[in-house]
Amino acid sequence: MTSFDAPKWDVLVIGGGHNGLVAAATLAKSGRKVLVLEAAGEIGGAARTEEFAPGFRVSTAHLLNRLHPEVVKTLELERHGLVFSGITPTPAPLSGGARGVGIRFAPSVALSRDGEPLTLHGGYGESLSGASASEQAAWQELRAQLLRYAGILKPLLARRPPDLGNMSLMESSAFAMTGLSLRRLGKEDMRDFLRMLLMNVSDVADEHLEDDRLKGLLAFDATLGSHLGPRSPTSLLGLYFRLAGEIGGQAGAQALPVGGMGAVMASVLRAAQAAGVTIRTDASVAKILVEKDRATGVALDGGEEIRARTIVSAINPRSTFLDLVGTREIDTGFVRRIKNIRMKGDAAKLHLALDRPPEFSGLEAAGHRGRLVIAPSSDHVERAFNPAKYGEFSPEPVMEITLPSLSDPTLAPDGACVLSAVVQYAPYALKEGWEAGRKRFLAAIMAQLELYAPGVGRLVRHAELLTPADLEARYRMPGGHWHHGELQADQMLMSRPAFGAAGYDTPVAGLFLCGAGSHPGGGVSGVPGLNAARRILEMRG
Amino acid sequence: MSKTAVKPIAEQPTVRPLHSPAQLHFRTLRIDTPFQPRIDTLMKTNDWYDWSGYRAPASLWDEELEYFAIRSQAAFFDISPMTKYRIEGPDAETFLNRLTLRDVTRLKSGRVHYTAWCDDAGHVLDDGTLFRLAETRFRLCCQERHLPWLLDSAIGFDVTVSEETEAVAALALQGPTSFAILREAGFERVERLKVFDLADFPHGDGSVTISRTGFTGDLGYELFMPVELALSLWDRLMEAGQSRGIRAIGYTALNRARLEAGLIVANADFVTAEHAIRADRVRMPDEIGLGFMVDLEKGHFNGRRAIVEARAKGRLQHVLVGLEIEGNIPAEHAIVYHRKRKEVGLVSAAIWSPMAKRNIALASLVRPYGDTITDDLWVEIYAMRELKYERRMKRAKVVARPFVKLDRRTASPPPEF
Repeated sequence: MTSFDAPKWDVLVIGGGHNGLVAAATLAKSGRKVLVLEAAGEIGGAARTEEFAPGFRVSTAHLLNRLHPEVVKTLELERHGLVFSGITPTPAPLSGGARGVGIRFAPSVALSRDGEPLTLHGGYGESLSGASASEQAAWQELRAQLLRYAGILKPLLARRPPDLGNMSLMESSAFAMTGLSLRRLGKEDMRDFLRMLLMNVSDVADEHLEDDRLKGLLAFDATLGSHLGPRSPTSLLGLYFRLAGEIGGQAGAQALPVGGMGAVMASVLRAAQAAGVTIRTDASVAKILVEKDRATGVALDGGEEIRARTIVSAINPRSTFLDLVGTREIDTGFVRRIKNIRMKGDAAKLHLALDRPPEFSGLEAAGHRGRLVIAPSSDHVERAFNPAKYGEFSPEPVMEITLPSLSDPTLAPDGACVLSAVVQYAPYALKEGWEAGRKRFLAAIMAQLELYAPGVGRLVRHAELLTPADLEARYRMPGGHWHHGELQADQMLMSRPAFGAAGYDTPVAGLFLCGAGSHPGGGVSGVPGLNAARRILEMRG
Repeated sequence: MSKTAVKPIAEQPTVRPLHSPAQLHFRTLRIDTPFQPRIDTLMKTNDWYDWSGYRAPASLWDEELEYFAIRSQAAFFDISPMTKYRIEGPDAETFLNRLTLRDVTRLKSGRVHYTAWCDDAGHVLDDGTLFRLAETRFRLCCQERHLPWLLDSAIGFDVTVSEETEAVAALALQGPTSFAILREAGFERVERLKVFDLADFPHGDGSVTISRTGFTGDLGYELFMPVELALSLWDRLMEAGQSRGIRAIGYTALNRARLEAGLIVANADFVTAEHAIRADRVRMPDEIGLGFMVDLEKGHFNGRRAIVEARAKGRLQHVLVGLEIEGNIPAEHAIVYHRKRKEVGLVSAAIWSPMAKRNIALASLVRPYGDTITDDLWVEIYAMRELKYERRMKRAKVVARPFVKLDRRTASPPPEF
């Protein structure tokens, strides 16, 4: 196609990760002509399913726990083939009317080396097995409280962040609703909500619980994907963030989708294509063209220029402004803020191709289909974090393991098994460098796995360890951080990714952000993409 | 008798300071400039003030006569304390074009322009002079310190920014005989310098950069040199200027001359954005008479979006004007009224101008006063008369700046006296 008869695009979306596709589909549904430009050979970003050993496939993002119901509804993802699977039979049907298949939640299992594991069933431990009766009661009380408080934050983590200087009536009323729901808690509960808001997860767990396995699990979940230990101030926010997510109408629940995350991405892709979105892969954007403070198009690596009225960046905010727009076109103060976004990842991803499924001690067959967590105590997680502060990996890392091929046998050859694990802590800026550290870290991980699944080491046909440096290179995630910016109090809401670009629109007219680096953050939720699209529609972009 | 007699001093352990010299900077509250030995010998009034941490003369012998040295002879003013940055590299021009308001691509090598720069909100951080020493080398001179801002502004540009305030000594030679003195001192071809031109001239075993610039509105030059050459250059000019009335002067005299020229001083006539504590004290270029610098055609620069928006939405609240006030009492820091009743602004600098023979002032007014409403303006002067304030309401008229315009400032070739 020559540029002469190239179609005139209304919107260019840079990056074909899930948020980019959600934004593209939503905008295409409004009648806009949308082109998605994906640098890699296929769409999906870190949620795409890739072969890592002959016959073994896996997605870096391996669990679904916060795909937003409005995204499912807006894109009609169920009509486009989204189906969940799991092990726990559950009465909860997929919200909005399931098409035959009920959603099945995957349990969370706190593994134990020498005793029985502790299992949280349903939506983040509706019921608990493997714990004492008194611990179960204490947990139910704490769980109810955490869900209540996460529920207060939930609307804030779904909508566009409040624009304090310039709030529309609708925005301020939404904000007022948060205040109202806070009041509805009652005096004592409201006091506790405020008291706990910036606490660390370890102290909160200690106030209520006795069982180290349960406390270890909470400590792990609250700090997963951030540069925090369970005793770091504000670490409880990470747990609220998890509980503000939902699947099938169940807060805190998680599911392993049938066909892996790749199937979720396929349904998003089908929805986008059905809406009329055009997708170009192997189209790496080198530059966002700006004329007189307005984005007018993009230039690809090969030099090709494509113009459009609206440019939407689904990629990292720092890459967007410092690399694609360039500091020539933005103000110094804004550059400072963008440059100061903390985004050094602290998690690695392990993929093992196994001869057959591993056996974790004390865990029955069904339990292996859940999310298996090695975090024996809060202290253990804290100790694992300590070296990360000084640029060293954890000698006894903590991790979250799934065996996706148990739910979707197409991911591995017959009888074989895929093990997928998110492992902490693996600081991006490892002092010794990942070139040297990779082998030693893999050995440390395998030593831990061996303690919980004796014999697993002998089953390994191939091991792929993606350090933050690898994640950075493979998925164009600066710092290898899957949230594209630490998800901590100072980088949330109107400070995400930075003041001046927190509402999806940016200082450059016609340029919008829609990725995980924007509010509310990462995880396969689709919320940044949906919110950005709504903002663009609102601004008639 | 006590057995614990005090040890002789020689046997006491010496206490070594734990500090590096840099940490002891606070022991020298005001540092000396490279010209201090010469200034000290000329200082009769001991009238010092603090200029950016330097000991600088407010006056040396007689502020009236120092002022007249600027206008009738030649005045020598040490500007070494002025903040100076060296900006160098392939992207220096692009960097400065993004940093400052004016179009730097139009500033040719060997030229100087007066410019200003803003933060993201379009509020002025400072004004200053930009010297293009070579295609890829500039010097930025200003009142306040900006190194962190400049370094952060350099992100993404192939440019180095370094502070050279202490490494470079500078002198202003201003007044009708200034050209004649330079020629007399043997600076060949200095007559070729047109106003805002600069060139290097040999001095000693190095060179001195002379620009035809200044802060007086008069014929004059500024000379920049490495500190090692400072004293020999001073002596060379003083000797050459003996028969042409050369005089060292202090800031009080200069301040009068600059006001006659209608020039503003950062943190005197407006508050710079990083110094302002109160949210309403910051100013956009249009609010302090620098709107002419804003070049919307040159591409992006810091604060552009905010300035465009403020202009479009009519959010420019202030205006800086020149006032001519009846009578002869300087209206320094007087309140400006409309119809003698409504408070509409404040005078930031005022003198009786000996050259203009007028009572002049700079004032910041709240629009529309000074902008579209310029009649019926008054200033309230409190004149201290033997321990009693006498309040005078004086009529004020908005007038064009400069208050004093001298043909010799721009004449080419420069006139001799």
